Amino acid sequence: MVEHAEIRMVHRGGSKINFREPVITNDSRFLLCAAGESVNVYSTSTEEYVHDLQGHTGLVTGVVLNPSNHLQVYSCSADGTVRLWDFTDAILIKTFIIGYPIYSIYVSEKHGGVVFLVVPMANYKSSELFQLVAVHLPHSGDQEVEARELSAVLCDVSPHAGAASFGREGEYIAAVRGLQLEVFFFKKQKSYRFSLKSGKKKGAKNAFTCISCHPKEDCIATGHEDGKIRMWRNFNQKKEYTYSTLHWHHGAVNTLCFTPEGTNLLSGGIESVLVHWHYTQENQKDFLPRLGAAITHIAVSPDGSLFSTSHSDNKITIIQSCVKVSAVIQGLVKGDGVWTNLIIDPRSKALVLNGKPGHLQFYSLHRDKQLYNLDIVQQEYIHEEGLDQFEVVKAAFDARGDWLATVEERRKKGAELEINLKLWAYDELTQSFVLNTTVTAPHEDQITAMFFSPSPETTMLVTTSLDGHFKAWLLADHSDANAEGFWACDFVGGYHLLKPGCCSFSADGSLLSVGFQEVVTVWSPASWELLTTLSQPPGAIRDLCFGRLSCSKYLLGASTKNQLCCWNLLTCSLEWSTPMDVSLLQTDPLSENMAAFCSQSGSSDLFVFKPSEPRPLYSQKALCTGKVQHAVFAPRDQMLESCEERTQWLNRSQLYFFTQHMDLLTFSTKTEEDRLLASSKQLMVDDSVAVTPFYLLLGKHRGQQLEKQEALTNPMAERTQLPQGSIAIKELLHTPAHVLPSASFLCAMFVRSLLISSSSAREEKEHEEGEMEREEEDSEGEADPRLGESAAWGPPEEFGAPALTKAQERELRKVKTFDHSWLSSLLDC
Amino acid sequence: MGEFKVHRVRFFDYMPTAIRAMAFNAHTERLALARMDGSVEIFNFTDHYFQEKVIPGKDSRSIESLCWVGGRLFSAGLNGEIAEYDLENLRPKYSLEAYGGPIWTIISNTQGTQLAIGCEDGTVKLFEVLEEHIQFERNLDRQKGRIISLSWHPSGTHIAAGMMDMIRVFDVPTGHAVQRLLVDRGFGGSKSRETVVWSVAFLSDHTVVSGDSAGKVQVWDGHTGTLVKTHLVTKWDVLALSVSKDESSVVAGTSEGTVIQFQFIAPTLHQQQDKEWVRTRTFKNHTHDVRALAEIETAIVSGGMDTHLVVRPLLEKFDENIEMAGFDPVLLLFFPQRNLVSCAKKAGLLLFQFPGQLELWRLGDSDEHGKPGDRLPLKRKPEKLLLLKRKGEDHICCSALSSCGGWLAYSTVSSVLYTLHTSSASPRTPPRCLLPPANHQSSLLLLPSLSASMCTPSSPSQVSGSSNMSPQLGCSSLENHRFLLQPIHLMTTSGDGKWLAAANSDCEIHVYNLQKLKLHCIVPVYGSCPSAMGIHPTTNNMTVVHADQQLFEYSIVEKQYTDWSRKLQKQGLHNVWLDRDTPVTHVTFNSKNPNQVVLHDMHMFCIIDQSLPLPDQKTQFYNQMTLRSLSEQERPSHLHAFKICKTFQDLLCVSLLDDQSLVVVERPLLAITSQLPAPVRQKKFAT
Repeated sequence: MVEHAEIRMVHRGGSKINFREPVITNDSRFLLCAAGESVNVYSTSTEEYVHDLQGHTGLVTGVVLNPSNHLQVYSCSADGTVRLWDFTDAILIKTFIIGYPIYSIYVSEKHGGVVFLVVPMANYKSSELFQLVAVHLPHSGDQEVEARELSAVLCDVSPHAGAASFGREGEYIAAVRGLQLEVFFFKKQKSYRFSLKSGKKKGAKNAFTCISCHPKEDCIATGHEDGKIRMWRNFNQKKEYTYSTLHWHHGAVNTLCFTPEGTNLLSGGIESVLVHWHYTQENQKDFLPRLGAAITHIAVSPDGSLFSTSHSDNKITIIQSCVKVSAVIQGLVKGDGVWTNLIIDPRSKALVLNGKPGHLQFYSLHRDKQLYNLDIVQQEYIHEEGLDQFEVVKAAFDARGDWLATVEERRKKGAELEINLKLWAYDELTQSFVLNTTVTAPHEDQITAMFFSPSPETTMLVTTSLDGHFKAWLLADHSDANAEGFWACDFVGGYHLLKPGCCSFSADGSLLSVGFQEVVTVWSPASWELLTTLSQPPGAIRDLCFGRLSCSKYLLGASTKNQLCCWNLLTCSLEWSTPMDVSLLQTDPLSENMAAFCSQSGSSDLFVFKPSEPRPLYSQKALCTGKVQHAVFAPRDQMLESCEERTQWLNRSQLYFFTQHMDLLTFSTKTEEDRLLASSKQLMVDDSVAVTPFYLLLGKHRGQQLEKQEALTNPMAERTQLPQGSIAIKELLHTPAHVLPSASFLCAMFVRSLLISSSSAREEKEHEEGEMEREEEDSEGEADPRLGESAAWGPPEEFGAPALTKAQERELRKVKTFDHSWLSSLLDC
Repeated sequence: MGEFKVHRVRFFDYMPTAIRAMAFNAHTERLALARMDGSVEIFNFTDHYFQEKVIPGKDSRSIESLCWVGGRLFSAGLNGEIAEYDLENLRPKYSLEAYGGPIWTIISNTQGTQLAIGCEDGTVKLFEVLEEHIQFERNLDRQKGRIISLSWHPSGTHIAAGMMDMIRVFDVPTGHAVQRLLVDRGFGGSKSRETVVWSVAFLSDHTVVSGDSAGKVQVWDGHTGTLVKTHLVTKWDVLALSVSKDESSVVAGTSEGTVIQFQFIAPTLHQQQDKEWVRTRTFKNHTHDVRALAEIETAIVSGGMDTHLVVRPLLEKFDENIEMAGFDPVLLLFFPQRNLVSCAKKAGLLLFQFPGQLELWRLGDSDEHGKPGDRLPLKRKPEKLLLLKRKGEDHICCSALSSCGGWLAYSTVSSVLYTLHTSSASPRTPPRCLLPPANHQSSLLLLPSLSASMCTPSSPSQVSGSSNMSPQLGCSSLENHRFLLQPIHLMTTSGDGKWLAAANSDCEIHVYNLQKLKLHCIVPVYGSCPSAMGIHPTTNNMTVVHADQQLFEYSIVEKQYTDWSRKLQKQGLHNVWLDRDTPVTHVTFNSKNPNQVVLHDMHMFCIIDQSLPLPDQKTQFYNQMTLRSLSEQERPSHLHAFKICKTFQDLLCVSLLDDQSLVVVERPLLAITSQLPAPVRQKKFAT
């Protein structure tokens, strides 16, 4: 059990940020949203990730502001705890242990010290019945408090967020489920139920989807599946209640929200239009269209100035003053499916996979942020059910990341398959991929695998298809013409009309192995000669992998008949084989390690091994339920120096994988977590500006400048340097050419005019603050990029070990000041 | 059920006319409804919305507005006359020229002492309501522009008048206008057009609610003349307003066919001050303009250009939850609940009654045979034998055809009664007036099967009959010894011509012996109006169906209910039968099978087989489909007395001819809708 403690599966990056309604803080500066097992804090102005609140061990299911202290939030989680946080400093203040999995949380200003939670009904643990309970949070100094005094408020409520809402001044709570609205008055301890007809006759779908209560008046707005919004009034009577109906949405109303003053009602649904109803003048409405994807949640800042809409493509849009989208926080898009495998872009080290329909998304795992979307299909996507549209199904990068190959296909029912192979070149100037070649119908049937050759000399692409061929594509060089080279087919190969299912290049690109059903063929890409065939009778080959580094002589193949085979290519014989139902085989590009995911009795197991060693490095049974379809080794920024044998395989790269439910999981080790913890402690949060890497750079610099100015004794401030220098240049340029001295003389003078004059008083300080010095030097260097000398003037710290002693350095600086005064005096006269 | 050859008749292109005005009398729970052709219908809301009385229209009469004063009904129209109606004789009592040009509206004060009319020339005229008459009293200050709508303050001291572009509030004692409320014009292109205030309502707290042609419902403070709130409800016109009795709710009818409810609601639940008018529900039961609207205690009643009357119950006013009962609570009344079609059973002729003409058709013929459900090819097409246009301005109110097809009669309000003999040799004989203009009018005609006599109820108290169709021979009247007030609305004779049964709106049924020309007996009074009745040709048992769907069989000879009827009453009718919302309008009998009674309402026809067991509450009522799926052996155990056929819809008449073929006269609602003028243009989603 030791290794389980050491290596833990975690959600890191790519978690759902649209799972629950986000919270905008009172000052509208931060947006908090539940993201997997943590609560992410984003800046609303810069859309940057600030930090996260970590501590929950289950899925976070709700975030609300503490009504009695606006600098704190409550979060609830499926792990059965409610936690109180200081979100500005990401400090966990208290943990309340409830003991039941919690599905959502509601608070009200009037009910201080009480939170309302949706938990499963105690008696019906297995079934889908939930109740709303009030939990009095005990006052106690301890970090962890047990709060087990639950008092039921409403039975049989919906576990979805947005299905309950507090009314005016917390006097009542209204909840919807199915066809029923229930309003519970706290003062009278009485509840009223209103039900609607199922209305199947006229095709109306009356079921409630969401609810919001007016903050100032007794009016409840409910959204319905058929797109209607009903405004309920007089609901403290059984019979005389009344409602009016607003209808704009054509699909279900996903979410409703009143603004804090109650003057407007916001609604959103599948149309991806934010509708803005004027309260009491319901026929007047404003729209904010084209928000990109179906709206799932709407949140309004407490002052009403900012709205945020969560979208089904894992995006949060921040909208300023009802009309302008000011920021977009984009998480990892999880569309209908991932057809391309998980790929790592060699250049940006970003994770690449299907994003928006017809796009590839580049997602930075280290920064947990989407970098950009690349439109592959380049056709308008029509939001309509039942249409067959082009979808990106394969993508591959070459070794350096200069080329990207994509395959898109459209399958119409009864019609021919349409396939396009597109090759994209990386453009250094625009820092993105530019379409180079489009091959329509590269194969006659579906493409099963596509890889670039890893050899550095040639850029070659190999595609295998169900039409029984594999094709090699080469960049045709037109060295004579100005035109760019384009890609053309170089070789078409096949083997006894069998259908190739997979292919793999050896690490140096000298061998290509293609799996033709039961037969593995090995080809030489240089001469397109069939070198050898390997076969292991039972089962078609599903996955092929060459070993890396020291194990490059091994070829591994996983067959459909529960066999994992390892061939030695030097002897062309089977080295070993083991009965395993391998669903996915993945190699680590930076080490010899390979990861095999096996599906067994409904759950997946992971084995990490080296082909040369019979014993797995690491194994984990029952990783997750369902089959693991996609996994990738992502290289680390910094290597870990773990000596533990069990965790060593995670030193160079991290293994990410997608579960059946589209959760991106990875493995984390103890050392890694320690390091993260340490780094987060170092991070000092200035609460005036959101902390971004750029801010850290700039802010520190600015702060030091301030200090510096205070410390200055010499009136000759650094700032006045620049104008002086420019005067020198001006004089230089304005002097008639025939009276100028020789250029070599002038050049030295000119260069010196650009150097810094530092007073001796500042020198001491500069020694202490080497970092500032470095930046100053940088800015000097930028002043005239033609001067390559600035590096020579750089302080010794830059080269790691100090080469000069302090005394020597002081000497050097004195020379520098002397030079400058001399120069200025020269200029003055 | 038995198999019949069915004549599916779809060539009766009956077209109801649009509803123009409505007035509800809360005392008697009667709704008076005026149509575009000048006819007035009275519905009894205590008795399942039964159409009790119909006053036929007249060419020169147009009704713009209706008004009840106590039990008296007044109307005013664009012909500039005020008319009072005689609800006993079902005709206008008198009419009075108002000398103000066309009249747009008429209202009475709550005390019922005065009437006010709004005229085209801008005057509001007050009339005093006298015992037998009304008398002009005075004019209020004359305004520029026509007076479209009026509303009297409940105290009687003020009148609000809707005009072009403005609303005036008059002080009644002085006759001066005290407030002038300017109504905004519409937006865009309609800016240059005047706004018509189609409807105003004056509430007891001096709030004026107005609905105008710019689509606004506006709430005004009548004391200060200031606008309190504007609800823009439609792009088109708001045509009608109606206030509930407790003044907590206002409904507005629009050109789009919607009825929109506004309620007087406090914004917060616990303090009941500062209430405001909030738009709440929207009902859409019409396709065209909603011209007339009444909010009564338990329902919203609306009618308009699409000719049907809609009763939308307000469910919250009922104690039990009607929704649970599982039927659509909205009641739609399409067809008149009386017979417009008479059928000559022997000759196979049909007589269709239109307001302006009569049509006599001979049914088609086919001698082929086919499977059930097959269409048979016609040997002879149906043929229009006769088109008989009425004379004079008055619309035809009733017509009859003798069963041999030889005699035809019709009458209008103005007491002229025509009969003619249609010999089969020359069917195109011009009509001959065989009866001299009588000094009474008739609302109902009946030509008994023997074609020997004709019966017509005249004044409420008497039934007159003329035998042998000749003025010289025994024209006799049956004088009722009891004092009757209500008019007879239903009459039937027995097959042998011996018995005559007549029912009036007081739910009484009198049976006369025609041979002795005297009253035979009175059927025990049941609390609901009879909607159809028939006397069995062989047993002389009378089957009576009431508006509340109850069914009785009365033996005339024995002067008591039959055993079958007692059994039925003891067991009770099936709930599905009782929950139907249209009354049975016709009862006929199968001459071949004396056990069978044929009934129909608008949506179904039913053959009651008295030899079969009655259904109890648990049995499946509509069982024709299940019976078909059962085998021959199982079938008898599932049979029950009510055999219902819903194959034919929107029925006007179902009759069984003597040759055992069934005549089904249908008037599909879609055909009616297609003949209506186009509704206002509305943007429909995804079009």
